[in-house]
Amino acid sequence: MINKVISVKEAADMVKEGMTVMVGGFLANGTPENIIDALVEKNVKNLTLICNDTGFPDKGVGKMVVNKQFKKMIASHVGTNPETANQMNSGETEVVLTPQGTLAEKIRCGGNGLGGFYTPTGIGTEVAEGKEIKVINGKEYLFETPLRADVALLRASVADKKGNMIFNKTMKNFNPIMATAADLVIVEADKIVEVGEINPEHVMCSGIFVDYIVGGGK
Amino acid sequence: MDPKKVIAKRVAELLHDGDVVNLGIGLPTMVANYIPEGVDVTFQSENGFLGLGPAPKEGEEDWELVNAGAMPSTIVPGGMFFDSATSFSIIRGGHVDATVLGAMEVDEKGNLANYKIPGKMVPGMGGAMDLVVGARTVIIAMVHTQKGKPKILKDCTLPLTAKGQVDIIVTEMALMRVTKDGLVLEELGPEATVEDVVAATEANLIVSPDLKRFGTEFLDQ
Repeated sequence: MINKVISVKEAADMVKEGMTVMVGGFLANGTPENIIDALVEKNVKNLTLICNDTGFPDKGVGKMVVNKQFKKMIASHVGTNPETANQMNSGETEVVLTPQGTLAEKIRCGGNGLGGFYTPTGIGTEVAEGKEIKVINGKEYLFETPLRADVALLRASVADKKGNMIFNKTMKNFNPIMATAADLVIVEADKIVEVGEINPEHVMCSGIFVDYIVGGGK
Repeated sequence: MDPKKVIAKRVAELLHDGDVVNLGIGLPTMVANYIPEGVDVTFQSENGFLGLGPAPKEGEEDWELVNAGAMPSTIVPGGMFFDSATSFSIIRGGHVDATVLGAMEVDEKGNLANYKIPGKMVPGMGGAMDLVVGARTVIIAMVHTQKGKPKILKDCTLPLTAKGQVDIIVTEMALMRVTKDGLVLEELGPEATVEDVVAATEANLIVSPDLKRFGTEFLDQ
């Protein structure tokens, strides 16, 4: 069996300058904090972030924002991290605000072999600017394209050594979707168990999507 | 009289038994405190669950179970957790009966602006753009004016969150409904007169011939 379990440092070393990085979590709930800390320490720069939000200055992906590691951020909400707005206003980073449902679906398309989708979300707003508008059954929709990343950094509550995952409660959010949409998928698991210890009926996301597993702990 | 309580209670009375409802952050969250007896409402939380319950008691917080504002929450019996794509399938797919949101500006055509003030504050739309497009009924719950300045306008001036999606506006002064003829003043708040509402509103108001009053139970509070 391929050994997918690596150290947090090895995981951080796989994230290279200029890469596009998806990070799981919703306002840092379900974000792999240990990998984030290792990336802050490694100080890899010019990354593009795809995440629901930019966390808090001291929590989640927000710590990397404070450390100025992103040249571009694609997110639905940046209001909980004032540093994002500071860097946007100074021109140090570009922020692409994307409606949350559209962001989730763009990532889902990216991982599902689809070329995009038509959504009513954003019609008549700045989000629709420059996008194809199509009338379907008398209703206006705009076209959104898929999103993929070089690497996805995810958090699971439990993972077996093949990477089959369980997410506790609200920590699921973007994690299982992003697992399908990146070339390299690294999961930080609060608990790692042997293959077979998770009942197949309880697996929430398959290990086939996972390349590496890092032991977590909160 | 606490205007926010008056608004939250009136909005709660608009909900029906069996409704699936998404409440925005802030004032809209208070609506959950006033659901009438015998009305069973399922709350959806866009970060990924159905069956949002009250805030946990101090000392019983579970940081693996948070609401869309990242605050510890609870789940009621019959609830379910899911991922963000499923969450917005529920929202965009028309499976949410009502959403209650705050607003920076709302206008007589049902346009809503609540996610950005260019050059000043750009928090982002989060799930609001999907919610106002997908929910069957969009209810705006907000105090009537911003430091005395009207927020209910002829035309929104800020970037829109959605075009023509707002159905009902509830403030401490009035309940208004967006119709094809314009904004109809259907109910007055506990202390307001028609003249007060007109003076505090930039939008044209059509006064309903069947004008009612709500919230008088709050007058002596």
